[in-house]
Amino acid sequence: MSKLLTSGKYFHILVPLISVVLGLMVGAIIMLAAGYNPILAYQSIVESVFLQPYYTGETIRAMIPLVLAGLSVAFAFRTGLFNIGVEGQLLAGWFVSVATAIFFGHLPKVVLLPLSILAGGIAGGVWGIIPGFLKARFKVHEVISTIMMNYIALYTTNYLIKHYLYTQGERTPNIPDNASLASPMLANLTQGSRLHWGFIVAIIAGLLMWFILWKTTRGYELRAVGFSPGASRYAGINVERNIVLSMAFSGMFAGLAGTMEGLGTYQYMMINASFIGIGFNGIAVALLGLNTVVGVFLSGALFSALQTGGLTMQSDAGVPVDLINIVIALIIFFVGSSYVIKWVLNRLAKRGEKN
Amino acid sequence: MSYAIEMRNIRKEFPGIVANDDVTLQVKEGEIHALFGENGAGKSTLMNVLFGLYQPDAGEIYVKGQKVNISDPNDANRLGIGMVHQHFMLIDNFTVAENIILGSEPTRGMALDMDKAVKIVRDLSDRYGLDVDPLKKVEDITIGMQQRVEILKILYRGSNILIFDEPTAVLTPIEIKELIEIMKRLVKEGKSIILITHKLKEIFEACDRCTVIRLGKVIGTVDISDTNPSKLADMMVGRKVNIPVNDSPYAPKEKVLEIKDLTVLDSRKVPAVRKLDLEVHGGEILGIAGVDGNGQTELIEAIAGLRKVHEGQILLNGEDITRLKTRKIIEAGLGYIPEDRHKHGLVLDFTVGENMVLQTYYKKPFAHAGVLQNKVISKKAKQLIKEFDVRTPGEKTLARSLSGGNQQKVVIAREVDRSPKLLIAAQPTRGLDIGAIEFIHNKLLEEKKKGKAVLLVSFELDEILHLSDRIAVIYEGRIIDIVNPKETNENQLGLLMAGRKEAGRQA
Amino acid sequence: MSLLSILDIIIPSMLLTAAPLIFTALGGVFSERSGVVNIGLEGLMAVGAFTAAISTYYLENMGAGAAAPWLSLLIAAVAGCLFSLIHAVVSISFRADQTVSGVALNFLATGVTVFLVKLLFQGAGQTPYIEHRIDKVDIPGLDQIPVIGPMLFSHVAYTSFIAIAMGFLVWYILFKTPFGLRLRSVGEHPAAADTLGINVTKMRYIGVMLSGAFGGTGGAIYLVTIAGNYNATTISGQGFLALAAMVFGKWNPVGALGAGLFFGFAQSLSITSQQIPILDRLPDVYLLIAPYVLTLLVLAGFVGRAEAPKADGVPYIKGQR
Repeated sequence: MSKLLTSGKYFHILVPLISVVLGLMVGAIIMLAAGYNPILAYQSIVESVFLQPYYTGETIRAMIPLVLAGLSVAFAFRTGLFNIGVEGQLLAGWFVSVATAIFFGHLPKVVLLPLSILAGGIAGGVWGIIPGFLKARFKVHEVISTIMMNYIALYTTNYLIKHYLYTQGERTPNIPDNASLASPMLANLTQGSRLHWGFIVAIIAGLLMWFILWKTTRGYELRAVGFSPGASRYAGINVERNIVLSMAFSGMFAGLAGTMEGLGTYQYMMINASFIGIGFNGIAVALLGLNTVVGVFLSGALFSALQTGGLTMQSDAGVPVDLINIVIALIIFFVGSSYVIKWVLNRLAKRGEKN
Repeated sequence: MSYAIEMRNIRKEFPGIVANDDVTLQVKEGEIHALFGENGAGKSTLMNVLFGLYQPDAGEIYVKGQKVNISDPNDANRLGIGMVHQHFMLIDNFTVAENIILGSEPTRGMALDMDKAVKIVRDLSDRYGLDVDPLKKVEDITIGMQQRVEILKILYRGSNILIFDEPTAVLTPIEIKELIEIMKRLVKEGKSIILITHKLKEIFEACDRCTVIRLGKVIGTVDISDTNPSKLADMMVGRKVNIPVNDSPYAPKEKVLEIKDLTVLDSRKVPAVRKLDLEVHGGEILGIAGVDGNGQTELIEAIAGLRKVHEGQILLNGEDITRLKTRKIIEAGLGYIPEDRHKHGLVLDFTVGENMVLQTYYKKPFAHAGVLQNKVISKKAKQLIKEFDVRTPGEKTLARSLSGGNQQKVVIAREVDRSPKLLIAAQPTRGLDIGAIEFIHNKLLEEKKKGKAVLLVSFELDEILHLSDRIAVIYEGRIIDIVNPKETNENQLGLLMAGRKEAGRQA
Repeated sequence: MSLLSILDIIIPSMLLTAAPLIFTALGGVFSERSGVVNIGLEGLMAVGAFTAAISTYYLENMGAGAAAPWLSLLIAAVAGCLFSLIHAVVSISFRADQTVSGVALNFLATGVTVFLVKLLFQGAGQTPYIEHRIDKVDIPGLDQIPVIGPMLFSHVAYTSFIAIAMGFLVWYILFKTPFGLRLRSVGEHPAAADTLGINVTKMRYIGVMLSGAFGGTGGAIYLVTIAGNYNATTISGQGFLALAAMVFGKWNPVGALGAGLFFGFAQSLSITSQQIPILDRLPDVYLLIAPYVLTLLVLAGFVGRAEAPKADGVPYIKGQR
């Protein structure tokens, strides 16, 4: 058994699993300390997500942008880049998709919907290309530049909405139905949740990422550059171009995440006082998912279930929903500390062998 | 009698290997004691144990007859043990004085007393004739000077036992002479010195006694006056080595590489290669001899398209490749075994198979219309693993988990298999054991026999002398002479490498 | 409206907005100079602001009066310091990616503070407003100096002057004391420092904990001078702005001080520009994004290149060269 655990693939998967368990356990301890009932709290999350169609629908709905944000971070990670700029790329995509939908509202749905999605993806991609270019050309570290790009996106989209697309309620007008991903059928099926067709976009994006990274020469280059820019350069791979390209893809996924919110969940874009948090959550999703496509979907499901179910937890068990943020933060800490978890597991395994 | 340092029966294991096995080293006071052995013999491990960076699994250390426990460099410093590291431990954007006082700074109240620091450094420098400027930033001084800063760091801490770890690898022959004089002066002042080296010449010029270690074990300790170079070499290697020799006839064919008037700038925009001319023919191995930092790296990088050519022209098989991108140059027939295989030769986190197609992954049959053909890649990898005797569990193993020699075999398999017209080998055997060196030398000689042009760059004169058909000596970015290995010797090459062409001619 | 009277509006406002940024940016300098990237500054500010809000509130209830916010600054510094220990343990001892740890720190800060607010105040989303702020005052005597008196010394908070003084003090510590030399050495070349007997881990812990203390104080100053109470959005972006100030100031304390003042200037201008002729026609978005755009330009080398400490973000593993 211990051999199975410490060898190869299974060992790899063990770290995120242990992190989740530890995160939930510490969350439970915090609840106990604060005088809440953790069993009731977790139970309410599980029950609502699995047994109440509305919450199931909302969980899947929340998963869509989260998974796309996770794919975005994971894609960049594979090329050795840390894209903290998902928030900004997401806002860029959100705004441009909504603006496209409104400006070209007269077009038929077969044209307008793909066009709006595409526009959102491209906008996110462009927002990602900028820090990619700065890195490739001027060696600007992408962590700082993408943070800067986030705020530029936040204030710029707010300004554009306020001055060009403003309607009552601090937001843009609704997009026309021709550009909407919303589905009365899916809503009915889930007792009125906001579940929309965007999940298909997320699945396509996941397949696309998998195919690009693992099946194409382009993906080979991206991964080679991620692991070793030096060896890639010596082998004649254009490192700079791949950095820009990686940020373009990453930004595109992020832009699509925003597009899903604009064309699916909300049908408009609001003026945001601060970030909506999906981008930062995407970092958690990618890390927990070990930057693999399947992993991102699984961890995306976990986090959206926690966040959606957290609302029930607040009403049923009285635990403030913010506990979920604490749990997510803890999980990131634990995954990030994989070195220690592996070390402990190795020690345990060795002891097991000796006995 | 008590020794300045005595290490008794030291054992140190790392996962998979025993780096030191029952090693005993006795250093007398006031002597220069060589620690002699091949790469990977366990010299550095032993010294890191002495310096407190590693903890021994067994064994004892005595300083002046007192048993001591050295658990970190602090302990070592306190006991008067100091080390000049092979890779300098200097902070580039600190001044010389700041680097020296770091960790035990003179103060006035709460503040650093830099005036005092500068004075102390200047006094020390004068006393030992080191001639360093305390106020210069480390990044602005030469390598040789940087080494003196390292020495001053130790002297400042009042160390009596000085460890020099391969100190001459980065120095010019003149700087080496100066260093040996400095070491002799230090010993006169009552210091004891341990010199880690794998160069026989230094031992006979500088040392009093020598301890030879091989594969982690001590072979013996001898007085230098009682021995000779070939005896020591036999002790180091342990068996008669079949050093492959370039004995196939020298029959140069067409020009493969032609470099005309080449000027290349280094990263500080200073010319590193100056108006250099060079030709390499098919069927020959051209060795470039020179001290590190004389433009070798920039020259190779320019040929490979990794560094911009400032002026001049490079032709490969008659085709002008001066302004081409690396990929085009590779396609035009360049093979390249880079100096740093970890950083530049391999993607360590790729599998062996993926590494085997690092320059060909996008070509048929490895890819069709941008889609990788993983089965074909696997098959190719398996074939090369067999052909080049790469010891690996399989082609799906990560390159990282292979030994250094086997990693280098992967690089060579990949480069040779592409059948390039020009093969550049930069320090191809650095850090490898004798077995791997033999293998690699044989492969280079085979390439010559196949009629390829081989450009060999090495800081090891032995390697250059054994393998080359012609030796080009590079000094300050120029080829100052081309000599026939059969008509030259280390002495002459040393003078040429120091830029003394006339003296070199006469030697 | 004369230029002077415009400056009389803008400069006091700039000094007020700049103080939290300066403190937090100085915290960032400590951490990154020691080799630990700290994008958790935002979270540290949140913890500081939260701590200041509740400690001022409780101290006021205990009758501390006008001393309450001042004491709270100290308490917030301690809280920030303790909170930053998480970042230190995870990124230094557990060798986690420092950026990852910083992101998680921000999450944790928002989660924990809002959770506690709800716990302490019966489910309310925000703390009660504090009664005693650190108010803007006219500094007796100095405010009478012609021209600069009204500009610099009237209608200002003492915290702004403390922040400015702190910029120079931190510079002195970093560049003129043995401690500073050692701190910088582990951020540039930890292996070299290690061979000279400097405890790399310890120095980095100190760097991170100082960033916690300074970041916490920065958040607290924001609370007791500007916000007045704490909720989930009290700290939204100031920490990242401070990070930008640190970069814009090229990892130098005095640079960070200047950048903090400059960014404070841009921010206050975006608020006060409506009252100022000509500027009222400039869309505020330009002023809002200016700090970030400028920081990008500095990073790209258009406005003098900014270089991070060499070992910034690189975990130190003994024996690995």
